[in-house]
Amino acid sequence: MAQPLTEGISHYLAGRARWHPLEIAFWLVALASIFVLPNKHLILTEIAILALFALSLDLILGYAGIISLGHAAYFGFGGYVAGLLAKHNIIAEPVLALLASGLAALILGFVTSFLVLRGSDLTRLMVTLGVSLVLREIANQVDWLTGGADGLQGVTMSPILGMFAFDIAGHVAYVYCLIVLFLLFLLARRMVNSPFGLSLLSVKGNPLRASAIGISVNGRLVAIYTVSAGFAGIAGALLTQTTQFCSLDVFSLERSADVLLALVIGGTGYLYGGIVGSVLFKLMQDYLANLTPQYWQFWIGLVLVIIVLVGRERMANWSAPVRALLSRVGPRAGRSVETARPSPADGP
Amino acid sequence: MAPVLETVSLVKRFGGITAASDISLRVEKGARHALIGPNGAGKTTVINLLTGMLRPTSGQILLDGTDITGIEPHERVRRGVARTFQINQLFADLTPIEAIGLAVSERMGTGRQWWRVIGSKSEILDDVVSLIEQFHLGDVMYHRTAILPYGKQRLLEIALAIACRPRVLLLDEPAAGVPDAERHEILATIEALPKDVTVLLIEHDMDIVFSFADRISVMVNGALFVEGEPEDVARDPRVKAVYLGESLDA
Repeated sequence: MAQPLTEGISHYLAGRARWHPLEIAFWLVALASIFVLPNKHLILTEIAILALFALSLDLILGYAGIISLGHAAYFGFGGYVAGLLAKHNIIAEPVLALLASGLAALILGFVTSFLVLRGSDLTRLMVTLGVSLVLREIANQVDWLTGGADGLQGVTMSPILGMFAFDIAGHVAYVYCLIVLFLLFLLARRMVNSPFGLSLLSVKGNPLRASAIGISVNGRLVAIYTVSAGFAGIAGALLTQTTQFCSLDVFSLERSADVLLALVIGGTGYLYGGIVGSVLFKLMQDYLANLTPQYWQFWIGLVLVIIVLVGRERMANWSAPVRALLSRVGPRAGRSVETARPSPADGP
Repeated sequence: MAPVLETVSLVKRFGGITAASDISLRVEKGARHALIGPNGAGKTTVINLLTGMLRPTSGQILLDGTDITGIEPHERVRRGVARTFQINQLFADLTPIEAIGLAVSERMGTGRQWWRVIGSKSEILDDVVSLIEQFHLGDVMYHRTAILPYGKQRLLEIALAIACRPRVLLLDEPAAGVPDAERHEILATIEALPKDVTVLLIEHDMDIVFSFADRISVMVNGALFVEGEPEDVARDPRVKAVYLGESLDA
């Protein structure tokens, strides 16, 4: 009696981590975009970078409930580190430099994570915003290092792995960004489907009870905030590497706000939200900017107001029906689906 | 016999209000100890102090003679002190399987693993299965906690505490709000707890208290008032006065 039950439960729990056909289709489409849309690689690179940035934000917002209005702090820090490494030829090879930049942002994330532990959402908004503003001002002041308001000039990139040189049309850059996005997505996916990932959801859902079953709430928040900062730093480093330039606006409030909007448009807490949201956000921005070069921000603002008016709850969860559909047509992919009960025929 | 859990002159003040004054409580190993008293007497405050969710203004808390006053709540759980809440504190979006699995995994020290897919450790699964069966949660184990019937949520509330395999279990009105029909299920699970688990029970229902407890402490206005065997407490005229006074007020 107990044995099939144990297997059923194991199968059910592992269902969270099982690959859904639609997920595979999603990444095949992303792969196909390399070949099908060769003249769109510049905007696709921007999308991939924003998507990675949004993925990093989803780790803290969607899984741990930490709201941030200053995630650009880590994005920008990673960006500047990558720029300086390349400019001064400290680490010339882009992949190694990318890892080093991510590590630098990770350390910054760890140090600043203690600031976001205490307080309500409002406190966190202000503290995270403050951190990004402080970093921006530091970057502005140390202009002997960063170039100040003129930005970091003279960044030249070596070929990736010594083999693939960045080209003017951005083909190499896009493939590079897409690969990095995919690998970090895999890492994030692994992480959120682990005991650690589940404990984050418990901390988000009820920190009081989480601590009452032995979970170190602060420890988990520090850990995920640190990882998230590392992801954001890698996204920032990708921007510097692919544009061979880095300026103060990597730290701007607008960048933090954009990534939050992209994530909210796509929906939080299922990892794909940041990617889907980034695609929609960038395409919308691109389309509206072509339509009305002067007033596109008005339309973006209007769309966002409408999204918010549709309902705060649904804003974060509008993807729920899609996820419910996913779980109906195949193995369970999304969360919060009440009907996700394995049928008796579901063998392990 | 040495107490497993002991407080020494525990005081908790909130501003001008003294919620717990000079509480010196000894809970013997394996005891079924009940903490009773009128509403607002400070019983839940004592539990919050014992579990570290509140920090005392002064005084000490000893677990097996070791001072745990300054220790974080989650660390106390690891040392064997677990609790339930008077008002359910559950994970609304998780299923009972996931919630219990978390608690068991945390106890086994695997809760921080980030590379392993959940549900892949058979020691944890075996434990989860036996808890699910013990607490009659099998029929709802794949449902989100938010949609469970109240009685099942109450069982899950206790199951989560037991999943921590505590040496000392603090039950804060475990049957509160449960309809009579489902009460016996909860009481039966409490009575079936292993004898080596020490239980401190807060309860308003005197039938439960007197059928379950082998020791009773009465709290009034934040202070320990009377302590003794159930028969002695029942006969104590001061206790009668307190409860009579309360029922007249109500």
